[in-house]
Amino acid sequence: MNLPPHQVQLTEDGRLKHFLTTEGLSKALLTEILDTADSFISTQERAVKKVPLLRGKTVVNLFFENSTRTRSTFELAAKRLSADILNLDISKSATSKGETLMDTLWNLEAMYSDMFVVRHADSGAAHFIAEHVTPNVAIINAGDGRHAHPTQAMLDMLTIRRHKDSIEGKVVAIVGDILHSRVARSQIHALRTLGAAEVRVIGPGTLLPNDIEALGAKPFYRMEDGLKDCDVVIMLRLQKERMQNALLPSEGEFFKLYGLTEQKLALAKPDAIVMHPGPINRGVEIESAVADGHQSVILNQVSYGIAVRMAVMAMAMSGQQQPTALSEEA
Amino acid sequence: MRYCVIEGARLLDPANQLDQVADIYIADGKIQAIGHKPSAGEIETTLDGRNKLLVPGLIDLGAHLAEPGFSQKGTIASETHAAARSGFTHICALPDTKPVTDSPAVVKLIQEKAAQAGYAQVLPLGAATQGLEGEQLANMFSLTEAGCPALSNARNPIKDSYVLQRVMEYAATYGIRLFLSANDIALSGGCMHAGPTATRMGLDGISEAAETIALSQILLLAEQTGVTLHISQISCGRSVQMLKQARDNGLNVSADVPLANLVYTDESVNGYNSHFNVLPPLRSEADRQVLLAAVNDGELAISSNHRPHEIAAKKAPFSDAEPGMSMFDCFLPLALKLVNSGELQWPALVRATSQIPAQVIGLQHTGLAEGNDFSAALINTNAQADWSQLSSKGRNIPCAGEPLKGAVSALFVNGAQVL
Repeated sequence: MNLPPHQVQLTEDGRLKHFLTTEGLSKALLTEILDTADSFISTQERAVKKVPLLRGKTVVNLFFENSTRTRSTFELAAKRLSADILNLDISKSATSKGETLMDTLWNLEAMYSDMFVVRHADSGAAHFIAEHVTPNVAIINAGDGRHAHPTQAMLDMLTIRRHKDSIEGKVVAIVGDILHSRVARSQIHALRTLGAAEVRVIGPGTLLPNDIEALGAKPFYRMEDGLKDCDVVIMLRLQKERMQNALLPSEGEFFKLYGLTEQKLALAKPDAIVMHPGPINRGVEIESAVADGHQSVILNQVSYGIAVRMAVMAMAMSGQQQPTALSEEA
Repeated sequence: MRYCVIEGARLLDPANQLDQVADIYIADGKIQAIGHKPSAGEIETTLDGRNKLLVPGLIDLGAHLAEPGFSQKGTIASETHAAARSGFTHICALPDTKPVTDSPAVVKLIQEKAAQAGYAQVLPLGAATQGLEGEQLANMFSLTEAGCPALSNARNPIKDSYVLQRVMEYAATYGIRLFLSANDIALSGGCMHAGPTATRMGLDGISEAAETIALSQILLLAEQTGVTLHISQISCGRSVQMLKQARDNGLNVSADVPLANLVYTDESVNGYNSHFNVLPPLRSEADRQVLLAAVNDGELAISSNHRPHEIAAKKAPFSDAEPGMSMFDCFLPLALKLVNSGELQWPALVRATSQIPAQVIGLQHTGLAEGNDFSAALINTNAQADWSQLSSKGRNIPCAGEPLKGAVSALFVNGAQVL
């Protein structure tokens, strides 16, 4: 009990049985996820898109926080793996009416599901669920508080790999609200493990966490310094409530300092790509000319998202079963 | 006179320059003789103390006993029993009960329940403000008269510096001791120490400034008001420096550190183990080292900060779990762990858990010296801690299952053997 998340998610022989975080996973395993996702991209271009890897399995989308996009891509990924899928939106207010998270889980276990895809506002929630559900239920973290959003990070890795050939040696800048971003944390771990030359985080002091260097990222306060010679620029979404919490004066000032314009993008390498986990706030994080410009790969990210989610779902389900299950069924 | 004699134990009490193997004779609740047989009278009972340690009873400067109000977490009987099994003879109970300990009636209830249970003696800390709401003064004089050794606002905020100043002034008028926790409420929104671990885990941090800003406010106002002040539950190394400086400036201020903050650091939170969600938060290794050094130098008392919870209170994602550790079942084994690893010296441990706390609450005639009240613990330092036998109702024990050593084989409270 209470192993760090990266140990909880592995079987004894080092395969994935849950997918909770990119932290602590080996380069080989992260590469396996990307390779598996790559193979699914080709199946997605076929007329018949389904593969039977999760046939007969029940996947529950357990969303304690609202999300249409992430939930939909998980749903699509599960369907294309031939699983049965149940969507449950359990807003935080429902559970705070007295039913604890444990009560909810016990109820769901009674339905004999095989996999929970979990989004929750508390950091560590997916890890908590992985430790407390019965064995043989795979947990996929679809975002827990500020902690991790590993499938988003892996689809970003796939995007970089497909557009820049490799992650090794690349300089990557992540811009905006790093403090509250589970995406940034998962990206930093994955980028470091996959051999990025430098991971930079750019934002005002109020939105950069203290000790971010301990994660292996280099903080910058100015775009002029941070974007210089970057291969990849990842913009993060800015939440409106940051203005109310005295973290930022206004969207306007944020855009002036950190909004990605063609002028600022010119500081990066000429062939740099621009990414964003979406949904984008045009005119806040990024100007339309850049979002829709030729360096932007934002829409590609979305389609890779389905392939990456299919990959981790298939791998984690296989990790819950006998060692050879994936290859036999495939 | 009829004596009880404890034979052959190693008597340890730095306050009385005592560290020797000797027989100790007790009668009428008092120590009659150490190391020599009294000339008159006969031996009624003999206790074998060989290979054991006899120390003055431990005095806790801050524990949550959960009663009245939270019987699913603990009762005065269960928690004082657990405390006794770690060697505590006196416990200052924090006032955040339900109803709050802000009236003599609640004080009396707690005292009676504790007497009924018959383990450690409970000294209720009265609330400094009504309902612990931090706005109006509680009946501070009446509470003291009812037997509160000091008044405290637990970790509840006092509304502003105006109210804090008035609380201190009023207390100073009647020589009432104040126990204050230093935590700036606006900076205390997180659930663990603000540091690299919090950043990596995506948990909201509580910065060192949450403690040091509040501490400086308290110390500056105390200088003005001349109140008798104790700071409860410090967690930062920086606070140790600030207290030293205040004392150098002539302020009479004492402080305690929770045992957990001497044993663990923020890295314990790594597996999202909700047992380590505790207030004050577990801080950095550097903080822990400064706090340990201060205890070894005799500058700090060690408190239990015992806070029992039922299983459900902790079975939640880290930030949703209720803060606190159940410490009484593991206090002695954890303290001995520090001694056995060489981080804490035996005399310092005894000083920090009995001599300094006795001074803080003005408890007289304690310690192992002829003529003093006999409140003491006979400790078997080699006995394995038995986690299958828990006395507290709290199931939030940070080290349950660990192979630790240390058990109390007998406990005396004012001469009466309660264990």
